[in-house]
Amino acid sequence: MTGTRTPRRWLDRLEGGFDLIFTPRHNPLNQLGALGWFFYWIVLVTGIYLYIFFDTGLRDAYESLERITHVQWFAGGVMRSLHRYASDALVLVMVVHVMREWVLGRFRGARWFAWVSGVPLLWFVYASGISGYWMVWDQLAQYIAIATTEWLDALPFFGEPIARNFLRDGTLSGRFFTLMVFIHIGVPLFLMFLMWVHIQRHMSPRVNPPRGLAVGILLVLVLLSLIKPALSQAPADLGVVPAVIGFDWFYLPAYPLLEKISGLSLWGILVFGSLFMLCFPWIGRIRRQPVAVVDLDNCNGCGRCVQDCPFSALTLEPRQDGLPFSHQVEVKSALCMSCGICAGACPTATPFRRSKALTPGIDMPHRPLQEILGQSVAATAVLTGEDRVLVYLCDAGPKLADVIADSGVAVVCLPCVAMLPPPFMDYLLSRDHVDGIFLAGCRQGDCHFRLGLEWTEQRIARERDPMLRRRVQRERIGHAWVGCAHDVQLQAQLADFRAGLPHRRGEPPAKGVAPESSEPVTEDAGHV
Amino acid sequence: MFRALRYSLQAAIALLFVALIGYFSDSPPYIYHDARMALVKLSFSHASQRAVECRRRSAEELAQLAPNMRIAMDCPRQRVVARVELYLDEKLLFAGDMPPGGIAGDGAGSVYQRFVVLPGRYLVTARLRDSARSEGFDYENSKLVELRSRQNFVVDFRAETGGFQFF
Repeated sequence: MTGTRTPRRWLDRLEGGFDLIFTPRHNPLNQLGALGWFFYWIVLVTGIYLYIFFDTGLRDAYESLERITHVQWFAGGVMRSLHRYASDALVLVMVVHVMREWVLGRFRGARWFAWVSGVPLLWFVYASGISGYWMVWDQLAQYIAIATTEWLDALPFFGEPIARNFLRDGTLSGRFFTLMVFIHIGVPLFLMFLMWVHIQRHMSPRVNPPRGLAVGILLVLVLLSLIKPALSQAPADLGVVPAVIGFDWFYLPAYPLLEKISGLSLWGILVFGSLFMLCFPWIGRIRRQPVAVVDLDNCNGCGRCVQDCPFSALTLEPRQDGLPFSHQVEVKSALCMSCGICAGACPTATPFRRSKALTPGIDMPHRPLQEILGQSVAATAVLTGEDRVLVYLCDAGPKLADVIADSGVAVVCLPCVAMLPPPFMDYLLSRDHVDGIFLAGCRQGDCHFRLGLEWTEQRIARERDPMLRRRVQRERIGHAWVGCAHDVQLQAQLADFRAGLPHRRGEPPAKGVAPESSEPVTEDAGHV
Repeated sequence: MFRALRYSLQAAIALLFVALIGYFSDSPPYIYHDARMALVKLSFSHASQRAVECRRRSAEELAQLAPNMRIAMDCPRQRVVARVELYLDEKLLFAGDMPPGGIAGDGAGSVYQRFVVLPGRYLVTARLRDSARSEGFDYENSKLVELRSRQNFVVDFRAETGGFQFF
């Protein structure tokens, strides 16, 4: 695990609290990226509405916005307020999103792409918002226009200072607003393209928050718009210097610095700060695990691993080894996060096969399934009691050091719980190695490898291949998705699980179990 | 957790969220300029005179040039560094050089300066030397003005209208 350990535990506690209040599915801290998209759509829709009624012209711009705000306050006024407040909320969730991903260390390895493509997004969001404020042409717009152009003039690119355009009213023409409309529409459109690029390497990216959360947030923003509508300040007058300005601190926090340091210094801070951020994925201790390896002799190209990989690191390609299958799986090493979810999805990863060694079609070189099976069997061999439990512990999840001393509990660690193929659980239970299997991982809704918990739950619920066989008693499989800072909660849930295990010692193996048979894991599992 | 408590906490967090958004979207106000003071802006762009006067090429010199380059006048592109000064009454507010723009030093030079001053009656005087002369100024204009608080008083320059302009 990478990431900053202590802040990570604090964050985990905070998010655990939010889980209790909102439920993991509706926890806004689990939905920051999706909320960013949601706010973007609100800004886009309200912006289109405002554009219909907006006039471009030195006086027309201000007057048209006054009409929108006051004459049709119930529609245009609310739209304008939503436009502003959703833009501010976008900055807020974006900043929290960046800090959260940094604390959780989710910028290393194959995740570099999302991190690096996210840095320009910051610039474009700010450019979109700041250009929007110009169009109001009130005193804030006047200040922003002058401060921004003076700041741009600090760069050695412009022959004549562009701030001269705002010397006095006679030097400014209505065409300025046409230009600003063009910028204020063009920059956000390009921003949308960058947002699309940002999520390109994610399988099933979350771009829509859950309906309940979206409706709730929209309602509170509408409420805010009605209670405190967004208003223009006094109209701009280049003959009068704006003195005390109502300031949007979400978009303009850097501007007051221009009175303290030179424009060039501020450019330097922001540009070098951005470049430094771009380098984050390659700074510090980097432990890159070996990537997944395909064993073509055991791969029939069924594509389940391709569907399950959260990082789009696997592709199906035409078969090249002469075996009678149409496809084979190929690993894009640059995208592989070494989570092992693909190995857990492989239908050939079954311990019931006759062949001696367990050789799945895809496996992790640093943590082969054969080794995990061996560890599981060895760890359970010494367990005693009537509630013997094997805990599969996600590396990114909670720690279980205190419970290991218990003679009825053994622990095996995995990169992600979704690396565990369902037949492993079937095997260990049906062969009476344990009385129960307990999976412990990241907080629900916040899997470190994005989709591991979701896939695991669906496999156990028999909704996703490879499914857990029906003969396995579901009450013998428990889980705790509690995250890294909730060890006590994990122990309590584990104790509850053990206490609730059906009594079976001395009973014959479960009905329908044929321990020595070689059986398919799923109805249509493709064995080679 | 009891449902009522959960909903209450959800409402409290939502309230905090909108309060945060609503407040920081326009508060606290930013004081950009002392409302008791006036502002003087000196800003213009101007191409100064050439550093070296144009001269007529001799017949020998023209003969040495390629046929398509045989232009009678030789005018080096470099312009002089202009000198600008601004006074409020007798007090020097700004004095500085305006180097010509462009890679070849043949473009217009620019100045953009702002000064916060006390309101009141002033004689504003602006001077510009844009030639190779070593003393004196090529342009000088003055105006008696009554500056109000928060007034944005602009000193501009246009050679074609006689020099400095005051707005």
